[in-house]
Amino acid sequence: MAHEHKLEIFRGLLKFKSNTQKIWGVLIFLTIVTTIEVALGIVKPRALTHSHFLGMKLLNWIFIVLTLVKAYYIAWDFMHLRDEKTSLRRVIVWTPVFLICYLIFILLFEADYIYNVYKDGFITWNF
Amino acid sequence: MDATVSTGTEDSVWGGGNRPLGASYGKMMMWFFIMSDALTFSGFLVAYGFSRFKFIELWPIADQVFTHVPFFHGNYPMYYVAFMTFILIMSSVTMVLAVDAGHKLKQKKVILYMFLTIIGGAIFVGSQAWEWATFIKGDYGALETNSGRILQFVNAETGERAALADFAETLPEERVQHQASEGIWFEEEGYKTSYSLNEVVEGFKATPNILIRTEQLNEEGEKTLLDRKQSLAKILEANQVVEGANLIHNEYGHRLFADFFFFITGFHGFHVFSGVVINVIIFFNVILGTYQRRGHYEMVEKVGLYWHFVDLVWVFVFTFFYLV
Repeated sequence: MAHEHKLEIFRGLLKFKSNTQKIWGVLIFLTIVTTIEVALGIVKPRALTHSHFLGMKLLNWIFIVLTLVKAYYIAWDFMHLRDEKTSLRRVIVWTPVFLICYLIFILLFEADYIYNVYKDGFITWNF
Repeated sequence: MDATVSTGTEDSVWGGGNRPLGASYGKMMMWFFIMSDALTFSGFLVAYGFSRFKFIELWPIADQVFTHVPFFHGNYPMYYVAFMTFILIMSSVTMVLAVDAGHKLKQKKVILYMFLTIIGGAIFVGSQAWEWATFIKGDYGALETNSGRILQFVNAETGERAALADFAETLPEERVQHQASEGIWFEEEGYKTSYSLNEVVEGFKATPNILIRTEQLNEEGEKTLLDRKQSLAKILEANQVVEGANLIHNEYGHRLFADFFFFITGFHGFHVFSGVVINVIIFFNVILGTYQRRGHYEMVEKVGLYWHFVDLVWVFVFTFFYLV
């Protein structure tokens, strides 16, 4: 359990010799991802800001996916979920994921509805 | 599934000493706390998403709000937050190294890495405080209309933002701060602006190269710039000057943006602060040799979990406040 570490990331693509090495490896990976995020945020490539998927800019989807990638490695390697039992991992991950997806679904749909009411309804909000 | 089945010892299941899911009591409770805290933060962030989707065409662009770096002048969007993110991830790394050294019972190393973690946390909280101060102080100043919309000013020649001080006139009038003791009892202003509405409007009329930028996002995803004629008509809707941001007025754009900024980064900053305090306590315990004598450093592991969680939350705050 706590004393045996699984030392490979990227599904075994990258194997480390010791736990300390793995930590530095993950840090390098997280830094690269953050740099990509910041660079994209500053440059804002036109190809990504003008194409949409499910009503959101492609750039924003990229940011969200990269964030989830970072979250995965923080939880798996820094919070050593990788070394815990599968059942504990599933309990910790899927419970919040389910509840949060539910919340996002409800609130964003509602917000979009209110946006349309403001837009098309007989309300003046700019005077 | 290698979960919680214990075979043949049914009578001792309730006798205590079991470790469900292979985690000790302390770690399990820390995970319980982290999960509930994660749901709290998600609630805040989704509420932010709600308000943003509701006012999707008015929402401020983060690049135009957070443009400062300490000790440097000029327009540097994002760099400082990226630095803060890196500091927090780095302090997470030193925390894992401390946990790792704890497993090997190397007290000296645990002390060193815990110390570095605390320093990282302190730098982060300090940066957060600086960012708040800059945000509250404001930079260019703006006008607020009757309906609470924000009008910002742009220099037509350079295309750069224009500060109120660049064009406002000084009129021979006296303006005092509106306090609750004078006028209507439930109305007061927290600060006195450097120019009165009259001075800004007169200065605007006298300076032909200043245009108004509204909150409305155009098809390019940028704020709408009015031409001079539209600007002159629009400025009549203004009813007060706004400098900086607080919970009620916000010169950067929609006031909810400021509210959520204070609330979410404040709540996160409070977590970092308490994390630093807890780390300091554990740090002294490590120095005193408490865990060395106990034979294991699980306490370091538990505060480590909390510390990484704070980092994890920041990753999301960073994305949804500064990037998206």
